[in-house]
Amino acid sequence: MTKSINITLKVWRQKGPHVKSGFETYPATDISTDMSFLEMIDVVNEQLTLDGKDPIAFDHDCREGICGMCGAVINGRSHGPEKGTTLCQFHMRHFSNGDTIVIEPWRAKAFPIIKDLVVDRSAFDQIILAGGYISVNTGGAPDANSIPIAQEIAELAMDAAACIGCGACVAACPNASAMLFTSAKISQLALLPQGRLEAANRALAMVRKMDELCFGNCSNERECEAECPKEISISNIARLNREFIKAGLVSSVK
Amino acid sequence: MQLDAKIPSGPLAEKWDKHRFELKLVNPANKRKYTIIVVGTGLAGGSAAASLGELGYYVKNFCIQDSPRRAHSIAAQGGINAAKNYQNDGDSIWRLFYDTIKGGDFRAREANVYRLAQVSNNIIDHCVAQGIPFAREYGGLLANRSFGGAQVSRTFYARGQTGQQLLLGAYSSLMRQVAAGQVSMFPRREMLDIVVINGQARGIVVRNLITGEIENHAADAVVLCTGGYANVFYLSTNAMASNVSATFRAYKKGAFFANPCYTQIHPTCIPVHGTYQSKLTLMSESLRNDGRVWVPKTPGDRRPPNQIPESERDYYLEEKYPSFGNLVPRDVASRNAKTQCDMGKGVEETGFAVYLDFADAIKRDGKDVIQQKYGNLFQMYEKITASNPYETPMMIYPASHYVMGGLWVDYNLMSNLDGLFVMGEANFSDHGANRLGASALMQGLADGYFVIPYTIGGYLAGTDRPEITTDHPAFKEATRYVTERTRKLLSINGKRTVDDIHRQLGHILWEYCGMSRNDDGLLKARKLIQELREEFWKNAMVPGSSEDFNQSLERAGRVADFLEFAELLVIDAFERKESCGGHFNEAYQTEEHEARRDDENFCHVSAWEFKGDDNDPELHKEPLVFENVELTQRSYK
Ligand SMILES: Cc1cc2nc3c(=O)[nH]c(=O)nc-3n(C[C@H](O)[C@H](O)[C@H](O)COP(=O)(O)OP(=O)(O)OC[C@H]3O[C@@H](n4cnc5c(N)ncnc54)[C@H](O)[C@@H]3O)c2cc1C
Ligand code: SF4
Ligand code: FES
Repeated sequence: MTKSINITLKVWRQKGPHVKSGFETYPATDISTDMSFLEMIDVVNEQLTLDGKDPIAFDHDCREGICGMCGAVINGRSHGPEKGTTLCQFHMRHFSNGDTIVIEPWRAKAFPIIKDLVVDRSAFDQIILAGGYISVNTGGAPDANSIPIAQEIAELAMDAAACIGCGACVAACPNASAMLFTSAKISQLALLPQGRLEAANRALAMVRKMDELCFGNCSNERECEAECPKEISISNIARLNREFIKAGLVSSVK
Repeated sequence: MQLDAKIPSGPLAEKWDKHRFELKLVNPANKRKYTIIVVGTGLAGGSAAASLGELGYYVKNFCIQDSPRRAHSIAAQGGINAAKNYQNDGDSIWRLFYDTIKGGDFRAREANVYRLAQVSNNIIDHCVAQGIPFAREYGGLLANRSFGGAQVSRTFYARGQTGQQLLLGAYSSLMRQVAAGQVSMFPRREMLDIVVINGQARGIVVRNLITGEIENHAADAVVLCTGGYANVFYLSTNAMASNVSATFRAYKKGAFFANPCYTQIHPTCIPVHGTYQSKLTLMSESLRNDGRVWVPKTPGDRRPPNQIPESERDYYLEEKYPSFGNLVPRDVASRNAKTQCDMGKGVEETGFAVYLDFADAIKRDGKDVIQQKYGNLFQMYEKITASNPYETPMMIYPASHYVMGGLWVDYNLMSNLDGLFVMGEANFSDHGANRLGASALMQGLADGYFVIPYTIGGYLAGTDRPEITTDHPAFKEATRYVTERTRKLLSINGKRTVDDIHRQLGHILWEYCGMSRNDDGLLKARKLIQELREEFWKNAMVPGSSEDFNQSLERAGRVADFLEFAELLVIDAFERKESCGGHFNEAYQTEEHEARRDDENFCHVSAWEFKGDDNDPELHKEPLVFENVELTQRSYK
């Protein structure tokens, strides 16, 4: 049932990368419980604008949980408390009248803050750039059905490929590690016969890049898996480790 | 001016081969001397930038989002068509070509569409080679499903995330070229103007969305892949940043805008439920494979769906169109939903929804099978509506979704401005007056992987271009224009927020230029749009500064363009005195309320030329010639 609630927001405000910052408090009144969390921020921003104040900057685009653009820490939880949900798909019906909601950006050394809730996640592109692809040029590929792939393997690869690159795993990790993100791509490609050829080099290159970019180490805290909106499994990290060890063996033989 | 589509001569099936042979080639050593700007990183832009980089060109690639991987294409759910005929169900290149031409209500170019059908098969091959985890059968071969407007099963898919997987494939190829130094990425940039020198597109002016800096970039050719303008309706299924600005600026610099009134209203979206709503969510058309559309037979019947017996349900699509049933094309399905709701048979609190019911499919195939096919869509539906579609039917209603209109291009995908190529949803080329499901992904990738690599070479090798740098006065002039406009936006100091004005624009268009249109309404809309535009420039409120990360300013610029573009859309709709595909003028319908074309007078592309802010645009017509198919009244009975 639709109803209206009044809540209080405590929002992290920061004008730029290295400037004074802190929480500001705003009332959000008459919020329909059918609103998405981002629509609630829209309403607050409309009011801030009308009051002559600077609206809250936040990244968003698709608003249907697929582009990976949105994300913030809500009461200590990445993308809010609902399992398997991005912030844009999280609805106000999960709150009650009178609640106070604390909203903060992703916090990680590798993701510097640009403004308010907006962070720079270009480090993720850097990791993919290091080897998150299969080296085929356009043209000349054989018929698509010439490589049969067992359905369960294709499904496993798809599970890993579902990662939206949002960065919640990094924000949730006490070490700000990017292992879940990196392992998802490595797994997807290592599972498929097309990707096997380069699997060893890929694992080495991507993991090295990840270390270079100030992401922390993985110490098996499993927070990433718990907070991932696409429920990417931590078993991908185990697969990454196997690929990495194999790759190490191969490269030391060389 | 006579528009020349540059369609190669010869039999339809041989045109592309012949043309590829005749196009001049750029010698491999010379390719690296050429710089190509690609604006957009969706399926069209991402695939183009990657492929051009692979060929050895130096590419500068721009996008609004923080990473090329987030372009709006990522949201495509249902699938991508190809004429593989893996199902042995009678598909062929010819059939995909014919279905697309017919689905588009005979308002697209034969030659372009045939080429699209031809290269569709290469796309699937390439995507599999890239590691895209398409759905597979138990035997390990690729699986297919059906989409509207087709009686064969030719749609390839990756769960309900086909766009995501195809885009991540293009993105991975793109990143590989970035690593190789062939492509430079410029994310968080918005193109605000295009630079034309001696009649040739030679560069762009962009705003760095983080610092607010205005940057100039020069090149030998510019490729626009900036997506569609469905957000002109405010509420649409498109991503929030989707805009008309890039193509509209090109229009103002002389590129013709073709068929702006061909907009697609998608039949299966989650209905509108509040004024605060920021976007509408699509429920993929693939759901119509198994879902049955119905409304109560009696207007005003407000019983919950499970209490309405079979005999009191109206499965209006199945009844009216027995051979295509729930899989009629989108324009037909949307208009029928509107008709039912207008008769008072709509459901939901608002009366603006129809049921999409899976009960029979679940009974037939079991819940597991349905879950495997549509699990993530059902989950998405439940998250938004808090209702469980395994138990109660979904409620859906049409929403603005896609645009067939776009910048005019010839067979080479070049606009009437030399050196300005336009691809993907941003051009007008392949879908006529209505696009079939799963064909936009196919078109974007066809353009980027398999068309532009050839045609741009022909252009570069076949034209003389003076050496220029960003010191050229044309860059200074464009920069001045952009800076001045930004200053103006920030100094309006009015009382209404930009979103509020955009919402009103959306209402006007939805009411008078949406699923059905009439002359009086269009005239009224035009006036209302002019008034609203005036109000915007007097009374909008754009906070913040230009030298900052300022999302309000970004939106204001886009809405200002929508307010101008909306008028062009309405002018085009008014001018086209027929109904075809997504353009339905009530004065032109058959006795059965289907769109009635006027092939004698309107079998042409309407391409509009900008004539200054105070003048009406000028219409140019490109006649459509059909040599291979017979124009018929579309029938899906
Ligand atoms: C919800 C949804 C589901 C869909 N499902 C399907 C489907 O199943 N099958 C199908 O075939 N089609 C589907 N479509 C349609 C299809 O997704 C789009 O038509 C297609 O992806 C458009 O691709 P594109 O490359 O042309 O543009 P986009 O993907 O929209 O990319 C536009 C790019 O241009 C950039 N850009 C835009 N403006 C500027 C500017 N001013 N300056 C700089 N950069 C700019 C953006 O940043 C982005 O990178 C769906 C569409 C929607 C909305
Ligand atoms: S692994 Fe999950 S949390 Fe991490 S980036 Fe991918 S989708 Fe986001
Ligand atoms: S806005 Fe795209 S995932 Fe949330």
